[in-house]
Amino acid sequence: MKSFKRLVALLAVIMLVISLAACGNGTKSTVGQDTGGSKESGGEASGTTDGADAAGDGLVVVGFSQVGAESDWRTANTESMKATFVEGNGYQLIFDDAQQKQENQIKAVRNFIQQDVDYIVIAPVTETGWDTVLQEAKEAGIPVIIVDRMIDVSDDSLFTAWVGSNFLQEGYNAVEWLADYLESKGRADEQINIVTLQGTIGSSAQIGRTDGFAEKMAAYPNWTMLEKQTGEFTQSRGQEVMESFLKSYDDIDVVIAENDNMAFGAIDAIKAAGKTCGPDGDIIIVSFDAVAAAFDAMIAGDMNVSIECNPLHGPRVAEIIQKLEAGETVDKLQYVDEGVFPAETAAEIKPTRAY
Amino acid sequence: MNFRIKKMDSKQFLLLITIGLFIVMYLAGMVVFQDKNFGKLQVFLNLFISNAGLIVAATGMTMVIITGGIDISVGSVIAMTCMLLAWMMEIKGMGAVPALAIVLAVGLVYGLVQGWLIAYLKIQPFIVTLAGLFFARGMTAVISTDMISIKNGLFLKWANAKIYFPFGGAMNRKGVMVYPYLYPSVLLALLTLVLFFVVLKYTKFGRSVYAVGGNEQSALMMGVNIRRTKLKVYAINGVLGTFAGFLFSLNTCAGFVEQAKGFEMEAIASSVIGGALLTGGVGNVFGSLLGVLIKGTIETFITFQGTLSSWWTKITIAVLLAFFIILQSVLASRKVKVG
Repeated sequence: MKSFKRLVALLAVIMLVISLAACGNGTKSTVGQDTGGSKESGGEASGTTDGADAAGDGLVVVGFSQVGAESDWRTANTESMKATFVEGNGYQLIFDDAQQKQENQIKAVRNFIQQDVDYIVIAPVTETGWDTVLQEAKEAGIPVIIVDRMIDVSDDSLFTAWVGSNFLQEGYNAVEWLADYLESKGRADEQINIVTLQGTIGSSAQIGRTDGFAEKMAAYPNWTMLEKQTGEFTQSRGQEVMESFLKSYDDIDVVIAENDNMAFGAIDAIKAAGKTCGPDGDIIIVSFDAVAAAFDAMIAGDMNVSIECNPLHGPRVAEIIQKLEAGETVDKLQYVDEGVFPAETAAEIKPTRAY
Repeated sequence: MNFRIKKMDSKQFLLLITIGLFIVMYLAGMVVFQDKNFGKLQVFLNLFISNAGLIVAATGMTMVIITGGIDISVGSVIAMTCMLLAWMMEIKGMGAVPALAIVLAVGLVYGLVQGWLIAYLKIQPFIVTLAGLFFARGMTAVISTDMISIKNGLFLKWANAKIYFPFGGAMNRKGVMVYPYLYPSVLLALLTLVLFFVVLKYTKFGRSVYAVGGNEQSALMMGVNIRRTKLKVYAINGVLGTFAGFLFSLNTCAGFVEQAKGFEMEAIASSVIGGALLTGGVGNVFGSLLGVLIKGTIETFITFQGTLSSWWTKITIAVLLAFFIILQSVLASRKVKVG
C-alpha cells in the first residue's frame, strides 16, 4: 500500500512537471509567435496571409496528408507534390503518410494545425468523418485544400478548394473512344456484349466511371452490359471476377476495367481461359488510370486503351495557393486535365510520362 | 540507487522505466522541435484527443492480459461499433442515445460469448478472439460495405463539444487566438482508466483478476472462482471494446469496413510497453496509458519531422517492444534466482 502511495505521488509529480514544462514552453513559443505576429501584422492589415511571408523570411509551409503508397498512381501523386513544394519554389512541405487510415490523417491534420502551417492539403482516405478536425483548422484560420477524392462535410466552407479528376468525364471518354474504335473496325452495328470490373463500391472513381459509362452508353442500343461486379481495384480480385465472367458468358466483346490493376488481372484470366485480348484479340480491354504498367500492357498488345486519371496534382494545388496568397478567390472545384491513351500511340507516349 | 531498485519490485521498476522513457522522449521532442511548437500544451492534449479510444481499449486489454489471456478482436469490434452506430443513426433513423445503448449491449454479448468459450470450454483465448476478429469484421461488411457518414445532430454535438481551457491561449501565425481544448471523449477515457485502476487495485474482483493470472492453481486454492472471473473479465472487455469504438467514432464520425485495422495490436503493444506481462499476473492500467502516450509521441515526432515515412512509428514501436520484453524476461529470471 505504501509503495502504491509513493507511486501515485510520483505519477502526480511527473504529470505536474510535464504540464508545467508544456505550459512553460508554450508561453515561451507564444512570445516568439507574438513577435512574429507583430512583425507580420506590421506589413499587412487583413486577417489572411500576407504576401510578405512568401517574399520575405519565411517559406510557405504546406502540410500534406497522403492516403498511403498503395499504388503507382498514389506514388506519382506524392512525387508530384514533393516535386512542386520544394524550397526552391518558396515552399516547405510537411508530408505525412496515413497508411490508409483515416484516424492517422485526422492526427496528422491536428499536428499540422499545431505546427502553424499556412496551408493544409489532404488526399483523404475516406469521404466522410471530416467535420470535427476541419472545424479545428477553420478556427485556426488555416485554408484546407482537398485533392483526389472528394469529402462529404455538412458545411462546404470547411475546405477552400478541391482538386481532382472528373471521373464522370472519364466514363464519357471511355464510351466515346469505344464508339470510335468500333466504328473504325466496322463493328458499329454489331451486337456488343460488355462486362465491367468495378472499383471499390462507393469510391468516387467507381461511382463516376460506372455512371459516366452507363449514361453515354444509352445512346448505343446495340451495346449490352452483361454484368457489373466489383474487383475492388486489385489485380487478384480483378482476375477472379473475370474468371467467373468468362465461365458465365462465352461471347464477351468488351471488358471495362475501372482501373489498370484489375485490367491486368482480367488479361491474365482471359489468357488462362485460352482467349485473346487487345487490339488483335477477341476481347477489347478498356481500362482507366494509365499508369506506366498499362503502357507496357498496351505495347505488348494486351490492352486497347487506358483513360488517364492524372495524379500530377502538385502544380494545380500550387496555383491555388499562389492565388490565395495574392488574396484572390479560387474556384471551389477544379479538375485536372486528362487524356485518353490508345494502344496505337502507347509506344511513343510512354517515354514522356512522369508515372 | 542500487538498493532502491532492490526494495522496489520489478513491476514498479518496469513502470518507472516506462514513465522515464515517456518524459525523456517528450522533453527531447520539445528541444528538437522547439521551432515547430512541439512544446504547446495543445500538442500534448492532442495525444489524448487522438487516442481516446485506444486508451479505453488498452485499459481493457491490460485487464485481459493480467488474467493471462489476450483479446485480438478489439479492432474489429471497434469497426463494427462505428458501423453499427452509423447505420442505426443514419439508415434506421435512431437516436444517438438508444444507438449507444445498443452497441454497448452488443459489446456485452460479444464479450460474454467469447468469455464463455474461453472460461468454460477452455479454448485458447487467441483462437476464440481470432474468430471474434473475423466475425466482427465480417459483420461490419454485412451491415454495409458503404462508407456511412454520421450526421445525427446529437452525436455531432457530442463529437464537436470542445472544452476550452481558460488559459494558455496562443496567437498563431494567422493572428488567430487559439485556446487549448479537449473533447469530452478524453474525459470519458480517463474516467474509465481511473475507474479500472481503482477496481483492479481495491476490489475483490480486481484481486482475483491478478490471482487468476498469477497462478491459477493457487488462485483456486484461495477460493477464487476462476471461470467466473475470466467470464467477467472478457464480458467487461467486450463492453470496453464497444465503448472504445464509441469514442473512436466520436473522432472519425463515420462507419467504414476498413476502420481500426490493427487497432488490437496497438492496444497490446501499449499494455506491454506499460509493463503488462503476457504470461499474466502483472500489469497496470496507468502503464498502458503511458504506452498509448509513447506511441502517440512517436507519431507526433514523425509528423513534426515531416519527411520521414510514417512507418517509422511501427519500427520504433517494434524496437521499444523488444526492449521491454527483454527487460521483463531479465527481471523475471533475476526474480527466480533471488527468490
